[in-house]
Amino acid sequence: MVYDLDVTREHCPMTFVKTTIALNKLQPVDDLNVKVTEAEPLENVPKSATEQGYTVLSVKKTDIAGVYNIEIEK
Amino acid sequence: MRIMSEEKQTKKLSIISFSGDFDKLTAVFTLATGAAAVGYEVNLFFTFWGLDAIKIKQGRSPVGKGFLPKVFGLMMGGLKAAPVSRLNFWGISPKIFRFLMKKNNVATLEELVDAAKELGINFYACEMAMHILGIGKSDLIPEVKEILGVASFLKLSEGGQTLFI
Repeated sequence: MVYDLDVTREHCPMTFVKTTIALNKLQPVDDLNVKVTEAEPLENVPKSATEQGYTVLSVKKTDIAGVYNIEIEK
Repeated sequence: MRIMSEEKQTKKLSIISFSGDFDKLTAVFTLATGAAAVGYEVNLFFTFWGLDAIKIKQGRSPVGKGFLPKVFGLMMGGLKAAPVSRLNFWGISPKIFRFLMKKNNVATLEELVDAAKELGINFYACEMAMHILGIGKSDLIPEVKEILGVASFLKLSEGGQTLFI
């Protein structure tokens, strides 16, 4: 199952803290799509997921300027 | 805030939370949650006024055994009564900070504490400070893993980074 998380209104450290908490709650077969803004979250969200042993499948620009979608596999 | 020891980089962060001030506790929990979210083992050691952050009763309450500890407990209060370290203005400033944090979508102190619990950060309380302030384990939140002394804290923080806030 694929879950969505929007952290575009969050700031450090809650961008990657909320991502980690969401990932911890997922089942091993689940994926998480995280919407982030550029700069700090775009750098720290994939980094924190990788550090926790999860796989970042893709980082793509969305239709909204300055907003990216990060697809993470548990 | 100062770095007490800086050995080779390991994935462990231990913080001695000494101050019960709102701003310093915010720094403690911001660093702790951020580190835990990137895979660090995080140990928080609460001592003296830092113990206010982990009391069950978050407002002003005469927590403690004996007259003087009860007076201290009532004057200091818990997490929701924490003053800011500068320009507290009789408790008005923490309310303004909470308003500004919410307005700017920055995590409040309470949200950071909740995140710390969810991330499985280790909470420890100082045995000596609890003894002075007449505080028992039943006065503290259930997430407190253990009551420790200096030797035990040094052992569990060994090989990581340690901060005193």
